[in-house]
Parts: sequence; structure tokens; C-alpha cells
Amino acid sequence: MNAVTTLIEVEKLEAWYGKRRILNGVDFRVDAGEIRVIMGGSGSGKSTLLRHMLGLNRPMSGTVKLFGKDIARATEREKLDVRKRIGVSFQGGALLTSLTVGDNVALPLREHTALDESTIRIMSRLKLEVVNLGGFQDLMPAQLSGGMVKRAALARAIVMDPRLLFFDEPSAGLDPVVSAELDELILRLRDALRMTIVVVTHELESAFKIADTITVLDQGDVLMTGSVADVRAADNERIQDLLNRRPREVQVDADEYLRRLTREDG
Amino acid sequence: MEALTGALAQVGRATLGALAGMGYAASLLVESLWFTVAGWRIGQPVRWRAVFEQMRQIGVDALPIVSLLAFTVGIMLGIQFIAALGEFGAQSQVVIAVAKSVTREFGALITAILVAGRSGSALAARIGSMSVSQEVDALAVIGIEPVRYLVAPALIAMLVMLPALTIFADAVAIFGAALYSAPALDVTPAAYLLQTMTLLDPGDIGQGLAKSVVFAVLITLIGVSTGFSVSGGAEGVGRATTRAVVLAICWIIIADMIFSFFLNR
Repeated sequence: MNAVTTLIEVEKLEAWYGKRRILNGVDFRVDAGEIRVIMGGSGSGKSTLLRHMLGLNRPMSGTVKLFGKDIARATEREKLDVRKRIGVSFQGGALLTSLTVGDNVALPLREHTALDESTIRIMSRLKLEVVNLGGFQDLMPAQLSGGMVKRAALARAIVMDPRLLFFDEPSAGLDPVVSAELDELILRLRDALRMTIVVVTHELESAFKIADTITVLDQGDVLMTGSVADVRAADNERIQDLLNRRPREVQVDADEYLRRLTREDG
Repeated sequence: MEALTGALAQVGRATLGALAGMGYAASLLVESLWFTVAGWRIGQPVRWRAVFEQMRQIGVDALPIVSLLAFTVGIMLGIQFIAALGEFGAQSQVVIAVAKSVTREFGALITAILVAGRSGSALAARIGSMSVSQEVDALAVIGIEPVRYLVAPALIAMLVMLPALTIFADAVAIFGAALYSAPALDVTPAAYLLQTMTLLDPGDIGQGLAKSVVFAVLITLIGVSTGFSVSGGAEGVGRATTRAVVLAICWIIIADMIFSFFLNR
């Protein structure tokens, strides 16, 4: 394939929670074959952007296209086709607690393919081997450690060999060694399986290690999208705050401050 | 003035919330029926395995406790009717009184309340904790509609098992009543049961069954809709579970009253 194809196309996406605006018309594209890291502090809107890309939230305005399909307007059938081609690893793993690790990994195959049981078993064990969890298929998710849960969730996300993989906070809550292993795993997946990977994280170190390109989100706006070097060299103040772990300077508006203090609950 | 408008606003909000809840439950009902009938055409089939598993949890596992309570209620009705009807020498009417009250009312009601406590709460807790830990989201992005995977099997299982349990409870309760009342009425338990059979009308049993179908829908929908709307972590799951049981039992009793009114006019 010579021409670069765009797998994700987000245009002028706005999102609200009640009266609070979370995303202010975000434009965002991801091309095939890259590892894109979405970086931002908490409250920057990165999780909301992810939920919209996964079709879990409907956009208030703007469009989200995956593989060229607008998922908010797709039929059930089209949506299912898109979802078979993506894999998602959630922050907490989100393994079904009532199923064993092996059954969790096999679930997408059981639901979407007509493969026979022994093929499904072999394929899901193969993916468990990929994430270094070979032999753990009979354990329940509750018996796994945090890092193992994330790796099992990754195995489930890649079991259908998706072209596009989403990874929410791979290193959150993990010790440095385990999170470094996960970073290696992500790089290997891209190289070995030619996946396009979107990682949402606030961990700088891991972001710089795995990213081809980085999108920095701040308070619902895309501050910049560029290579690791571009981001490091950016002269935007907010980006430098984020990189150097500087606290934000809080500007106090005296009138607003008094109003908040004295306002009656309604 | 402010207190009044505040109170009015609260009533308004509560009403809107209740209406929204009912609308949501109704949409879950329609969706799961639709998935059951036509889901396989869009790649979202309702799995028989899941239905059978739910049938086991809702129905078979409830048999011991349903038997125990139905038996006890049967004996209690025997005691009450012998005492009450004996006061004006109508002891011979005990058989028909027990038969009709069990099949029309108590069998369905006791079973439904028990199942609401066992399975309605379990549904709310299961779906609630799955929502909190993003398992419901995970199902959706894997391409498994949560309603098809979690709600439809429970609804089908409930629609089959609650009426079945009701029939079973009817039989056990009448048996309990027979064991207690037969000696007091100077007949054998077998004769008591035979007399019950001749006195009972299929319509009596039908009334109980029709109610149990409605109860099945109520228990399932209240359980799953409170489960899906859980927010606020583990504490939220606990609150939703309690809420599901209380709401389900309230609705069961209200629906029972409405049903009895229209079926006995």
C-alpha cells in the first residue's frame, strides 16, 4: 500500500457533560501504521475523545469517522463491521469477571466467527502467549495482578487481529518495570502485526518512548499534533508546563470568586 | 414562597425522573424482544446457553426456598381458613378457599417476591458492577450489544421460569394446606387433594399465571434498568441493588392489585 490511508477522522467534535463543555470542536486524524499518543492532564478531555471514537458517546456536533464510516450515523450492521476491526484495552482491563481469562480472550471469536472450538482455543492461547500470559487461561480475572489484567485485556483486544487498536492508560497504576514491558509490547504489536495504535496516557516517559506522533489536549482543545521532537521543542506554555511538571498558574477573578462563595445552592 | 416552589420543583424532578426511568425500561423491553426475534439477522443472536444458564439461576436454584415458603404459606392459610370459616360453621369451604386463594393470589405473589429478592437484586448487582468496571463498555466495543448479551437471556429465562415456579408453588402450598387441614376436616390428605382438583377451575390457575408473566417482566426490567444506571462505584452498586428489590416488590404488589380488580369484576 503506497497511499497513506486515514483510519480515524474526527472533525469539529464537541462534547458536553450537562452544562460543561468538554471538547471544543476537536479535529483529529490518525493515519494507518502509526502509534499516536493522546496526551493531556486530567480533565483535558482525552477520555471523552476516546469514548467518542469508540462510539460509546454520541457527538453533540461534529463527526467521528472510523475507516471512513461515520459511526454515529452507521447502521447496526456497519457499526458491527467497524467494531470487528478495532480492539480496545480499557484502563481497568474490563475483563468480564464471570469468565476465565481464556474465555475472555476467546469471547470476540466465539461471538463473531464460526470457527470450531479447538481453533478458537488455540487462537486465544496464541494471543495469551503474545502478551506473555501463556498458561494463565484457566484463572479468573480476580486472581490476576494489575499488570496481568492489562495484558490479558490486550490479548482480548488483539484476538480478532484488528487493524486499529485503542489503549487507555497502559501504565496507570503499574510499577515502572511492568509499564516498561507494556510499552515494549505495544511497539512489538505495531512492528509484528502492523497495527495502528492509539494510546491515551498522561505518562510522559511512556508517551515519548512509544509515540510516532503525539496529540496534546488541554481543556478540550488540541494544542498541537506532531512528532516527539516537535512536542519537546514546542514553545507553547501549557505544553511546557505539562512536560516539566509545572503547576498551572491559577488566575483568580475576584468577582467570580466572590460569586462562587456566596451563591446559594439551587 | 421559596419553600413552596422548591418543594414543587422537587416533585417535578422526581416525576420526570420516574417517567424517564419507565421510558428507559420500556425501551429495554422492546430492544430485548427485538434481539430475541431478529437479532441473528444482524449478527447479534441471543445465545441459548446464556438463556439456560439464567433459567438455572432464576428457576432451578430457587426451588428449595420457593418450596419452603409455599409450604409454609399453605399451612398458614389452612390454619387461618379453618379458624375463620369455623366461626360460622363453614369448615367444609376451607378446601375451595385455600385452592382459590393460592392459585389466584398467593402462589404468584410469594414466588414473585422471592424471585425479586433473589434474582432481581442479582441482575441489578451484576449489571451495576459491570457498568462500574467498564465491562458493559467493553462488550459494546467488542461488538456485543449489552442488551442482547445481558438483558434478553434474563428476560426470556424469567418469562419461562416465573410461571413454572408459580405452578410449582401452587402445588406445594395446596399440599401444605392439605397436610394441616385434612385431619381437622376428618378427611385423608389424598381426599383433600382430589377435592381440590375437582373444585379448581383452569381460569383460577390462569389468573395466577397471567400475573406471573407480568411480574417476570417487572422484575427483569427493574433489575436491569437500575443496574445500567448505576453511578458512583461500589456504593452505587449497593444502592442500586436495594433499590431494585424495593421497587420491584412495590410494583409487583401494585400490579397484583390492579390485576385482581380487573380479573374479578
